Amino acid sequence: MPRVDGVAKVTGAARYLDDLDAPGCWYGATVRSTVPHGVLEGIDRDPSFDWSRAIVVTAADIPGKNMILLLEEDQPALVAIGAKVMHVDEPIALVAAPTRELALAACRAVVPRIRALPAMYDIDASIRREVLLYKDDNVFKEFLIRKGHASDGELEAAFARAHDVIDGTYVTSAQEQMYIEPQAMMAEWRDDKCFIVGSMQCPYYVHKAMKPLLALGPSDVVITQSVTGGGFGGKEEYPSMLAAHVALLARAANHAVKIVYTRDEDIAATTKRHPCRTRHRLAVDATGEIIAMDIDVVMDGGAYLTLSPVVLSRGVLHAAGPYRCPVTRVRGRCVATNHPPHGAFRGFGAPQTTFAYERQLEKLARRRGEDPFALRSRLALRAGDTTSTGQLLGISVGTDEVLAAVAAVAGPPPGREPAGAPTKRRGRGYCFYFHGAGFTGSGEARLAGRATVAYAPATGRYEVRASSTDIGQGAITMFTQIAAAALGADPALVTVIDPSTANVPDSGPTVASRTCMVVGGVVDRASRLLRARIEAGETAPAGGELAETVQYEPPPGIAWDDATYTGSAYPVYGWACCLVDLTIDLDSYEVSIDRCVQAIDVGKAINPVIVKGQIEGGTLQALGWALLENIVYKDGRVANANMTNCIVPTFADAPEMETILVEVPYPFGPSGAKGVGEIPMDGPAAAVANAVGDAIGGDFDAIPILPEVVAAHLRGRS
Amino acid sequence: MKITINGSEREVHADPWARLLDVLREDLRLTGTKEGCGEGECGACSVILDGEVVNSCLVAVGQCAGRAITTVEGLARGPEALHAVQRALVACGGAQCGICTPGIAVCAAHIVDTGQATSRDKIRQLLAGNICRCTGYQLIVDAVEQAAAEMTRK
Repeated sequence: MPRVDGVAKVTGAARYLDDLDAPGCWYGATVRSTVPHGVLEGIDRDPSFDWSRAIVVTAADIPGKNMILLLEEDQPALVAIGAKVMHVDEPIALVAAPTRELALAACRAVVPRIRALPAMYDIDASIRREVLLYKDDNVFKEFLIRKGHASDGELEAAFARAHDVIDGTYVTSAQEQMYIEPQAMMAEWRDDKCFIVGSMQCPYYVHKAMKPLLALGPSDVVITQSVTGGGFGGKEEYPSMLAAHVALLARAANHAVKIVYTRDEDIAATTKRHPCRTRHRLAVDATGEIIAMDIDVVMDGGAYLTLSPVVLSRGVLHAAGPYRCPVTRVRGRCVATNHPPHGAFRGFGAPQTTFAYERQLEKLARRRGEDPFALRSRLALRAGDTTSTGQLLGISVGTDEVLAAVAAVAGPPPGREPAGAPTKRRGRGYCFYFHGAGFTGSGEARLAGRATVAYAPATGRYEVRASSTDIGQGAITMFTQIAAAALGADPALVTVIDPSTANVPDSGPTVASRTCMVVGGVVDRASRLLRARIEAGETAPAGGELAETVQYEPPPGIAWDDATYTGSAYPVYGWACCLVDLTIDLDSYEVSIDRCVQAIDVGKAINPVIVKGQIEGGTLQALGWALLENIVYKDGRVANANMTNCIVPTFADAPEMETILVEVPYPFGPSGAKGVGEIPMDGPAAAVANAVGDAIGGDFDAIPILPEVVAAHLRGRS
Repeated sequence: MKITINGSEREVHADPWARLLDVLREDLRLTGTKEGCGEGECGACSVILDGEVVNSCLVAVGQCAGRAITTVEGLARGPEALHAVQRALVACGGAQCGICTPGIAVCAAHIVDTGQATSRDKIRQLLAGNICRCTGYQLIVDAVEQAAAEMTRK
């Protein structure tokens, strides 16, 4: 089935936030800090500016609590006078005016006065508490996983028995989501109620944050998603900040107010993927069996906590990889620095730790002289094995299926020195990986996501009501398909309504590869129950509807202990294998991807074209992260905050993709489906680094592998 | 000044230095043309100006006096008569979030209409000024290839 919203999008008829008309709408802009750390001593207004034509809002104008509520209450909506500035480009004040030009002029006429304090950008300096930024230790969150040992002494005893130990340290950089629609939001007040519409992944996150900030009850603030031009995690938590700002401006201006970030502002100020350093020690016995792993993950959280604890959690839960190992320790810390806060981005911590373990497996293969693909197959987790948290794998473990799928198409590796091209080198790299679908541990049970399916006999039409947003990943189409199939109805009679907190129940956020598997499952069950009532001849009140609301129930046998970090970390995993062939130009040092195969076990592809698009999009983001995407921080500021210098792959950079959908059904997902959104992001970066090493030798343990990195390696060797 | 937009001549009253993008979106309410970066890198604002694809964020409207512009709204000949490229983008899954799609549709339609979509490599080269962050490009290249094949058959 083609996308429900396809025609609107190809004709330009789809209305994104900046396309919406609101009568008398003003434009807002944000006055930002210019220093990474300091105390806000005052906010000066240029007296030569005509202030009769613009308004200014500061923290003093906030009716409720000055914070963006999500996990903790540490991040203000605007820095108050006398309070700390924690990063460059932090919001200090807001302006609004009837035109965009005037708003920008007003923004320039507001100057924060900040007394600078020493700033800190380095994770080791943060651990040493050189500057204290968060509580008494700078640690936003830490985790410790122990498997097969009770103490550090027992862990070291296992290492002492090793025939060989691979010890490596891996560094991955910040990454910009680079959705093509910048952050955008609009607010309007009517009868003391606040209506906010905008580009977002999670209307109920925004709702949760606005109630305390605006001192409003749940029905006095209404959050509605507009057509959203990409998110990838970047519109998970940050939209609450824009929502706060437009709500405050609209309240002060007595007009609707819209804020649309410029691209440069969006890159400079909003959240990015956490930079991460992972040390990974891997012990094997003489037969090449892994006997112990010790992994230490440190992420740079930036200036505020945002979603860092959850990102770190997913990072550590994936850090040991899909490999058998009886003794495993994983430590994780996320620490504070004066970088702008890092946050959610597709993969959510797992791409960082996947890079580390798949480099380690590559080194193990090389050390043993063993074929890297065969080594992965030999050590991979299968049904009956346990993960690092002691989760016994039973259902829907696609290891053999994805490995077989790649083996079937791999063909012989490219010759290292291609004939007739003396200045080129070629290499092949693999990555075998997994990704937990849905929220971690008891998250889904706690969240209890709900969705409603309704039937209006008068029109013969059905409605699906869920807060899951379509951010391009095809949620509307997928829900339409699931509901129509379960109802036995023509999909043309099913409407998935635009998510608004006034009209849809809280299905949970649109994150964590959970929309299809979890919310899709709820829509499926609600549709079946509704169908049974219709078929039983139940009638609706005159002009009314029959409606069925269902709440998510976790599958049986899912037990998780948050205190010890043991048990079923995820209800099920996706499994994947990636193969990359690439060519390195010894003159220009450029790396070009010749071939990228991804075989991914998605359980069931409800809409194969949409699933393929998800995989290929995630794959290219990962290839970009490996080779060319680079956030350059200088004194806490993004030095390349524009699309000219902060590049992402183009049509010409992208290889032809070979995408293989593998279906090992998950009995508790709709038609067997499990998550797909994030998994393709996790693996390709390691496959690229492994292939570069295969082509020219050496260890590429940090990404991005820019041409200057290749150059330094080749020059160092000669 | 007079500008022919999607086949009809329009009288436009604007500062000649205004960005064509703003005049299209705000004065003429043709909001299908999108702004992604404002510096000519992303291609979301692509329009056809006298037979050439341009980034409308980099064009002053004064340069367009007396000339002809096609925006995404001008590709289809009515809701039931999408351009072959638009039909193929829907059929092949070439649109996801859709914000880059109008620019890609405009550019791809131009490539197909002028017979330049001769190979997948050529399609990739000619569309390299349009960034899409969702698709990995594969399904868009499939769509343009399919539209070109359809045009050739006609």
